[in-house]
Amino acid sequence: MYGFRAAGPMEQFEILPIVDLHLGSINISLTNSALWMLIGTGAIIVFFFAATRRAALIPGRLQSVAEVLYEFVADLVRDTIGPEGRKFFPYVFTLFMWILVSNLFGLFPSFPGIPHALHTFTPTSHLIVTLALAMLTISIVIVYGFYKNGLGFFKLFAPSGLPLWLMPLLVLIEVISFLSRPLSLAIRLFANMFAGHVILKLFAGFVVSLLGAGGAVMLFGIAPFFGAVAVTALEFLVAALQAYVFAVLTCIYLNDAVHAADH
Amino acid sequence: MSVFAIVTSAAAAAAEEAQAHAAEASSAGLPQLDPAWWPSQLFWLVITFGFLYWLMSSRFLPAIAGAIEERRDRIADDLDQAGDFKRQAEDAETAYNQALADAKAKAQGIAADTRAEMDDEIATLQAETDAQLAKQVTTAEARIGEMKAAAATKVGEAAAETARAVVETLIDEAPTEEAASRAVTDAATRLRG
Repeated sequence: MYGFRAAGPMEQFEILPIVDLHLGSINISLTNSALWMLIGTGAIIVFFFAATRRAALIPGRLQSVAEVLYEFVADLVRDTIGPEGRKFFPYVFTLFMWILVSNLFGLFPSFPGIPHALHTFTPTSHLIVTLALAMLTISIVIVYGFYKNGLGFFKLFAPSGLPLWLMPLLVLIEVISFLSRPLSLAIRLFANMFAGHVILKLFAGFVVSLLGAGGAVMLFGIAPFFGAVAVTALEFLVAALQAYVFAVLTCIYLNDAVHAADH
Repeated sequence: MSVFAIVTSAAAAAAEEAQAHAAEASSAGLPQLDPAWWPSQLFWLVITFGFLYWLMSSRFLPAIAGAIEERRDRIADDLDQAGDFKRQAEDAETAYNQALADAKAKAQGIAADTRAEMDDEIATLQAETDAQLAKQVTTAEARIGEMKAAAATKVGEAAAETARAVVETLIDEAPTEEAASRAVTDAATRLRG
């Protein structure tokens, strides 16, 4: 026991195995990250199962919330991609819900005294997870882009109505911009979650350190305490906003794939 | 010891602690950059995200879409029906107004007819009454004329009688009736003229 000793700001991101699992030589252990993916996904499933169990003409509370979420994402997809976006709607909706719940659940406080492996965890605070989601989006863009437009997909890199001597430069810029999309998409979400949790931990750490110092110094723990409260509120906003941003950018990129030849 | 000194010492203590943690973290590296756990995270991401996508696309989203669609249809139907009812109400109102106008016209016709009939009757009655009255007036006038004439004769006779009496009294000689009446008539004629 070390009394008032705060954990380091990076400890919260450590991956801890709960059940060791191996698929051949690949380690697919159930970790704290996997646990919170399962909890988040499970919560979404339970919610939507309850909300759609009796699809009523006059919706109840749960059904209303589900319909609001549905209309929100459906409007986003329709406004950004147009009528052809219909087939991408389930993907964008799943993406939005999965990221939103992953971001939000990570902000809940852990039960005091439970093992470290069971502490709340934000799967989207790991670059590999957000990168995988970003690569999935870009893969869909590339595969659907070529399927829909054939080689016309390359028109994406050559905006029309430009003088010919500018073309090489512009094509280069467009290619670089296209290649940086998955990285910016992945890093934006990861960095927001990562930084938010680090700042929260630092504020909380100051509170614990100053309380541990004892005496009149304990009074100075009040300022970082309110700081932590304010940052927590901010992080809830960021959690929802980043899920929305990821969904919006996914829609914009999918729009490129659908309408590449129209450029 | 001033407040400032307390703050600086506290800040120094906090900084020391943070530095210790930073050193600890850098020695272990960022947990995000440890490739040992990447396969596990990707595996569970595929499992949870894939299962959620399957449930969403095959079950939840069609159910919500169905409920929203059904409601939209129902509202459209209800609005159509309301439109029908409104049209019916408007038709009924038009028919009612027509019936009212007809009834008014009929009532006015009846009133006009009755008035004309009554005017005729009144005119006939008035004509009859007028005729009767005229006859009565004529008869009365005739009688008055007769009475006037009779009265005048009587007055003449009386005047002549009086004149004779006066003359007799004055000159003790009575004129003849004829002469007296002629004198009265002459005097009357002179007076009138």
